Amino acid sequence: MNITLKVWRQKNAKEAGNFVTYRLQDISPDMSFLEMFDVLNEQLIGKGDEPVAFDHDCREGICGMCSMMINGRAHGPTRGTTTCQLHMRSFNDGDTIVVEPWRAKAFPVIKDLVVDRTSFDRIIATGGFISVNTGSAQDANCLPVPKDDADKAFAAAACIGCGACVAACKNASAMLFVSAKISQLALLPQGQVERESRALNMVKQMDEEGFGSCTNTGSCEAECPKEISLENIARMNREYFMAILKK
Amino acid sequence: MSSKLNAKIPGGPMDTKWSRYRSTVPLVNPANKRGLEIIVVGSGLAGAAAAASLAEMGYKVKCFCFQDSPRRAHSIAAQGGINAAKNYQNDGDSVFRLFYDTIKGGDYRAREGNVHRLAEVSRNIIDQCVAQGVPFAREYGGLLDNRSFGGTQVQRTFYAAGQTGQQLLLGAYSALQRQVGKGTVKMYSRHEMLELVMIDGKCRGIIARDLISGKLERHFGHAVLLCTGGYGNVFFLSTNAMGSNVTAAWKAHKNGAYFGNPCFTQIHPTCIPVSGDHQSKLTLMSESLRNDGRIWVPKTKGDTRHPNQIPEDERDYYLERRYPAFGNLVPRDVASRAAKERCDAGFGVGASKMAVYLDYASAIERYGKSKALQLGIHEPSAEQIKSLGKEVVAEKYGNLFEMYEKITGENPYEVPMRIYPAVHYTMGGLWVDYELMTTVPGLYALGEANFSDHGANRLGASALMQGLADGYFVIPYTIGSYLSQEIRTKAIPTDHPAFEEAEKKVQGTLDKFLSIKGEKSVDHYHKALGKIMWDKCGMGRNKEGLTQALAEIKALREEFWQNVRVPGGLNELNPELEKAGRVADFLELGELMCLDALNREESCGGHFREEHQTEEGEAKRNDEQFSFVSAWEFKSVGSWELHKEALDFEIVKPSQRSYK
Repeated sequence: MNITLKVWRQKNAKEAGNFVTYRLQDISPDMSFLEMFDVLNEQLIGKGDEPVAFDHDCREGICGMCSMMINGRAHGPTRGTTTCQLHMRSFNDGDTIVVEPWRAKAFPVIKDLVVDRTSFDRIIATGGFISVNTGSAQDANCLPVPKDDADKAFAAAACIGCGACVAACKNASAMLFVSAKISQLALLPQGQVERESRALNMVKQMDEEGFGSCTNTGSCEAECPKEISLENIARMNREYFMAILKK
Repeated sequence: MSSKLNAKIPGGPMDTKWSRYRSTVPLVNPANKRGLEIIVVGSGLAGAAAAASLAEMGYKVKCFCFQDSPRRAHSIAAQGGINAAKNYQNDGDSVFRLFYDTIKGGDYRAREGNVHRLAEVSRNIIDQCVAQGVPFAREYGGLLDNRSFGGTQVQRTFYAAGQTGQQLLLGAYSALQRQVGKGTVKMYSRHEMLELVMIDGKCRGIIARDLISGKLERHFGHAVLLCTGGYGNVFFLSTNAMGSNVTAAWKAHKNGAYFGNPCFTQIHPTCIPVSGDHQSKLTLMSESLRNDGRIWVPKTKGDTRHPNQIPEDERDYYLERRYPAFGNLVPRDVASRAAKERCDAGFGVGASKMAVYLDYASAIERYGKSKALQLGIHEPSAEQIKSLGKEVVAEKYGNLFEMYEKITGENPYEVPMRIYPAVHYTMGGLWVDYELMTTVPGLYALGEANFSDHGANRLGASALMQGLADGYFVIPYTIGSYLSQEIRTKAIPTDHPAFEEAEKKVQGTLDKFLSIKGEKSVDHYHKALGKIMWDKCGMGRNKEGLTQALAEIKALREEFWQNVRVPGGLNELNPELEKAGRVADFLELGELMCLDALNREESCGGHFREEHQTEEGEAKRNDEQFSFVSAWEFKSVGSWELHKEALDFEIVKPSQRSYK
């Protein structure tokens, strides 16, 4: 396959960036999207140019590190797929592909396609946990959990924290990410003790980080590589209002 | 054998060693803990669990990871599950059985004391994780579900679909972030440790590079914990993440920490085969798939028919044929070699002929019939059975099947998957004693970074167990033994000459990379090294190949330092510079792995010396001469001294491993 790439290049957080066009030939349809970037970088290094910086690590769709806006879509055209698991067979010979970093005030660009997502970590640090120290927890089977609840909690917990929901949202809202963690813990008996403070604290931090509001357009769910459900946002809103009422 | 190595295994009967140790290890009082600083490098299961637990206890903790968030560590990719001797299934499991299975599975090259402790604390791990809200799979009654894994005959594996590592890591990450929020852990993401700082023979800190600004930083610690994972990426192609590396462990090694059993590598039997030269990494398909899937090749060499068109009696279910007792659930090393044997003999499938089939057709039928019965459908049609069976399989393995389809473009519900072994895990690692301390005082190694628990072959679902055991339940006790002696040591200012010197050394290496301005990229050398390692120090090893590899690696390393091209600058985000440092260390490690493999004139577990096999092609150990841990002391680049820690088996008598 022959591919034309338009890639966002930006030296660092301070300097302005711009699109640079690259042409690639003989790309195998069996390559992953990131392997295609490996080929590009190998060529750039060969020519004495600086390779494109992009985040990636596990390359099997679970670490959440890869983060490319491909033709205006977070992680590209295939549903339920991270950039690293997107393969070139999803494109056609001769295609022009535009690649940008996540765009959000709370995710400032560090270099090229690399952004800073530490705002997510800070949100988790305000309440995305159950306050139990390591030590003598009770026997695991002392606490039966209905399978249906456990399955729903798992579905929410499958979030990989990549930030595609924010990138896909016109408001750069982080509601899907935050609601996935709040839901997971609200659905489980272990999470009951702190459910109110968790909702209040995490939402407060989310707002302070500069994420936008939710206007229920659902693009987060549509672009989420793990297909995290919008239901979680509804559940989070309920958790939040209940917490305010009880306050 | 060597007076320098003291494993510090406590005395007394095996099943009371750990409890006695815990009751007698010196404690550090709460006021003193506040003055003691601990550096944790790595934020995977071992690192995050240790950092969180130590901070909860009151120590001051700094935690480092090279990714943008601690949640990215490669523990997250573990799929199948975590073992624990809970005996929830009432199938005869016990601490002793888990201990026994792990020693046997490791082909009698692990330390009994450590493994028994691992089996004991395995039960606490499950309790701890459930308390944290880890959503393990459950049965309809609300209790935890289990499945079985290779090398065992009980169901002791806890799981969360095919994302167990993710759920466990997110549990540990939550605990870590809770401490970060409290200010008891200071987190340094996008930082890479590049040197240890040694003062008066003790480890007292690290030099780390801020990967965004490129600046070098000095950090003091009363103790340093390396939780930096394994070194499988020395093979270039492995199931490890792209960034997984040996650098932290290797710097420790060059500062005096012995490296244990470096040649013990796990080649995992069920991975997606290589599709071309562009391949950047390999993807594992969880071993749990061998629970229900059946592995086969055609009985006829070079059979090019579509797999669904090959009739049952023309298929060779070679694992079931060779190992009737364990069948498709033989340990990983055995399953991998058996696949290689069939492919080498010309029975491989797929375009490359280097693959075997993993078939779910019979599982789909079996589950479909049982589900129909549950639903009260008495005479289900073949279509109904298939569709119900697919539903059950999807519930158990859905995400794995999807992943396979994304990568290969084939639907595994309809067509058997093609799999082939790939490098997955390294049993070798920094030598540690019972307290997880390396041969450098104050320097510890946890999780995959150490060598201690898996012998020559790790059983499935045991890596998660070991990482969390070390982090949650071992180090919080054992570190007291050292730190109780350090309560009078004040924090050492980082303008100490030792910090100065260590930073200068790192700076020199980084400058060197950028000044070479050669012709070949870092990846070029990494791929070349990987090919040497896979061909000559992979699934089959022999004297001739290893001797050649030693010379080839040396030559490649010399060329690397003459001709590598690292673009970009020092004081900026520069992924090529990061890779250069990691590959430089792999080029030294690869040589040690080959040396260790050459030295170990026996076959055991994942280490298969072709000269040493039984008539049936099984690994043939040599207990008389090789019942020891190889602990290599670094002298200079390309030069080591071997120390041996004898393995004494009090409980499990080594015998020829049999899974027949």
